[in-house]
Amino acid sequence: MGIAIVVVLGIMTIFSPWISPYNPIAINVGPILSPPSSQYPLGTNHLGQDMLSRVCSGGSIMFQVAILSTVVCLIVGVPIGLFASFTGGYTDKIASLVMDSIYAFPGLVLAIAIAAMLGPGVLNMALSIAVVYVPSYFRMIRSQVLTIKELPYIEAANMMGANKRTTLLRYILPNVLPSIVAVATINFADAILTAAGLTFVGLGLPVSTPDWGWDLTYGRRLLTSGAWWVITFPGIMVVLLALGFTLIGEGLSELTNPRLQK
Amino acid sequence: MSLDIDSLTVEYHTLAAKVKAVDRVSLSVKKGETIGLVGESGCGKSTLGLSILRLVPPPGKISSGKIILNGIDVVNCPESEIRRARGKLVGYIFQDPMTSLNPVKKIGAHFVEMIRTHEPKVTREDALRRGQDILEQLGILPERIDDFPHQFSGGMRQRVMIGLALALNPSLVIADEPTTSLDVIVEAQIVEILKHLKESLKLTLILITHNIGIVAETADRVAVMYAGRMAELAETRELFDQPLHPYTQALLNSVPNITKKDQVLSWIPGAPPDLASPPSGCLFHPRCPFAFDVCRREEPTLIQYKNSEVSCHLYG
Amino acid sequence: MENILTVTNLTKYFPVEKGFLDRLLTSQKRFVHAVDDVSFSMNRGDILGLVGESGSGKSTTGRLCLKMIEPTSGKIIFNGIDLSGMGGEELKRFRRNMQLIFQDPTASLCPRIKVGDAVRHALSFQGIGTPSEQIERTREMLERVGLKPWSNFYDRYPHQLSGGQRQRVGIARALVSNPKFVVADEPIAMVDVSVRAQILELMIELKKEFDLTYIFVTHDLAMANYICTTIAIMYLGKIVEIGPKEKVFGSPLHPYTLALMSSIPIPDPRAKIDRIIPKGEIPSPINPPKGCRFHPRCPFSKAACSERQPELVDAGEGHFVSCFSSRE
Repeated sequence: MGIAIVVVLGIMTIFSPWISPYNPIAINVGPILSPPSSQYPLGTNHLGQDMLSRVCSGGSIMFQVAILSTVVCLIVGVPIGLFASFTGGYTDKIASLVMDSIYAFPGLVLAIAIAAMLGPGVLNMALSIAVVYVPSYFRMIRSQVLTIKELPYIEAANMMGANKRTTLLRYILPNVLPSIVAVATINFADAILTAAGLTFVGLGLPVSTPDWGWDLTYGRRLLTSGAWWVITFPGIMVVLLALGFTLIGEGLSELTNPRLQK
Repeated sequence: MSLDIDSLTVEYHTLAAKVKAVDRVSLSVKKGETIGLVGESGCGKSTLGLSILRLVPPPGKISSGKIILNGIDVVNCPESEIRRARGKLVGYIFQDPMTSLNPVKKIGAHFVEMIRTHEPKVTREDALRRGQDILEQLGILPERIDDFPHQFSGGMRQRVMIGLALALNPSLVIADEPTTSLDVIVEAQIVEILKHLKESLKLTLILITHNIGIVAETADRVAVMYAGRMAELAETRELFDQPLHPYTQALLNSVPNITKKDQVLSWIPGAPPDLASPPSGCLFHPRCPFAFDVCRREEPTLIQYKNSEVSCHLYG
Repeated sequence: MENILTVTNLTKYFPVEKGFLDRLLTSQKRFVHAVDDVSFSMNRGDILGLVGESGSGKSTTGRLCLKMIEPTSGKIIFNGIDLSGMGGEELKRFRRNMQLIFQDPTASLCPRIKVGDAVRHALSFQGIGTPSEQIERTREMLERVGLKPWSNFYDRYPHQLSGGQRQRVGIARALVSNPKFVVADEPIAMVDVSVRAQILELMIELKKEFDLTYIFVTHDLAMANYICTTIAIMYLGKIVEIGPKEKVFGSPLHPYTLALMSSIPIPDPRAKIDRIIPKGEIPSPINPPKGCRFHPRCPFSKAACSERQPELVDAGEGHFVSCFSSRE
């Protein structure tokens, strides 16, 4: 079910240049702030931009940012998590300290701070989100590795003469994988919401890019003037996309559990 | 006190398959007797024990058969009635004393909760005193009623579990693998306690275990289960002198007896069946040295043979 | 009868982890006296049973012999080679001579590694043979332990096998590199009763075929009696009685051995059981009793027992016991 949602939204985004009836950036395509009608099914916003087009193409930024930030998290968080917790000692203590400090900050606030420092752009947005989420990957991996390290099959690997690298990569990592996948998909969904949050407060992207976050910002302001459609539809999209990924995450963690395969 | 189990079937419904953990098992327990319920992993003995108090966890369900416990229809009675029976009528000693006690509650609190749930008029002080009495009988100093579970060793914790099961003077006690996780000497101590309680309290006891030795020592009758079915039910001496069912014979031959010189142990080839796709006919036939034609086709039923009951085509 | 292993004064103390405050307030270190001054020797082809209850140190002793744990003090001489200094690469290469069979067949196999690969790793990690030779040898080994045909098992994952089958994989893994010495840590405790004897028979056959020497760590005296040639009874880190099986179980001398033997349930309803149950419980190995470790619970203890520790004394024909009151 989660896959279905994501696929639909994904297709919508990819094909947006073709299905958007109007250029989402072009302003004054239609009358300002007109409610949903047959000509503009989702209405228009204060700049006269067609909401339907904006909704269709707004997803692309979301996807990009979420994917990028997850990739960065994986490249950075996973190896640090594996290595630090397996080695133990001071390496582990220092890494935990750093990660816990980052984790202590409320996510969105930290992301805002970093995004503000880095300036606008998809890559910078992805980076600021990645920093916020790396600790949760680290912690998850660390708790798994610490448990697995004590299990008899690791002792057995040792007995057979496995070196540290082999033990880590062939004996520990495959068992940590399901939880990495689970964390990744949950965080993916969270990243989308954070990204929306970033653009909501006006950071991260130039004004003209079609993006659900922007729509949410203006939509909020326009709500008081009665134009409910500007915030509602992008809002629904954000929630749907986040939901889709969460469901995929749960499905994947069940799939990758070898015990459930028979 | 009377317990009659009639053709009980307990099934586990999972997405993968429907599994009969207990299949048409009948058993009557007489007042004052000790029944040893033996079998290996997956035979259904624990499930049978739990179903007597309708404690089988979902996705398990009693799908057919009757259990009449002191006149109560366990399968169909209202929840309140069976809850009253738990603890008051039947005491249950759970398998693992390490995890069956609440680590953040003192032992006294366990007793108070147990007693006052069923007898709300009893004051906290009285409940604690009753707990202390029981613990003393089990060899635990009364002042330890104020200790937490982690302050007790494994053997002591098991004694606490026994004490809790006895707190309300039940007429029947079901002990599920009461000595499995314990050291040899502690195991012997617990067995002695159970024997002593049998004498002094005239307890009716169902002892669920895979340890043939303690069954030989404590049980009056033995019920042998295999893959959810009752294979043989006989008086203890009968069973050990003349085991009827091939599984019982093989099982007894695989247990070492340190007093026997030059014993040759045997084993049963293969493994217990996958209950999700059980073999046809008698569930034991793929591993049975005496299997013949009808064993592959028809499931045997429990029949009377001399003084015992056995479900095997060799005898019917 | 050649000597294969001599262990002298083997000792292992594990430091007890202290809480933060304890570390600030007390400088005294506490230790778990897991193994204390244990000595014995084994000849090729022996099966030594290290028998005891929890806290006896039997598992730790087994692992010390394999140098899986570093001893606090003492010597281990294997085939004439002193293992004391050995470490790192040298030890790793030495490992092919001595292996461990684990107690829990499920937990000792990585759930994400195919069973065949798990066995092959014992060869590939040691760099024994070419990859195709390793696969060939693994297949042979799987069939040798009764997992025939290998093609039915090589690509399976542990959870697809029964407990008994998993334990056979563990045995295959331990023996595929052709070690001469194997420590089996409660190898049948977690296997069904009716299948245990089969695993034991397999271990005996393999012993004859590969000329192995075993240490069998167990709490099951009846099983130890069935398979072992020599028995060492351990209590709180010390060997209290050691000797040929017939002597230790036939005419036990140490009060603890007597207590153990009287505690075993006998699968015979007519057996008369006269139990000698020692008072109290096994004390903590962090603070073992002074003098003879068993004296607080011993029905025969005298004054001397609380003052000095008894030494292992020859009671004739290779039978040793450490007790001041041992009955003759």
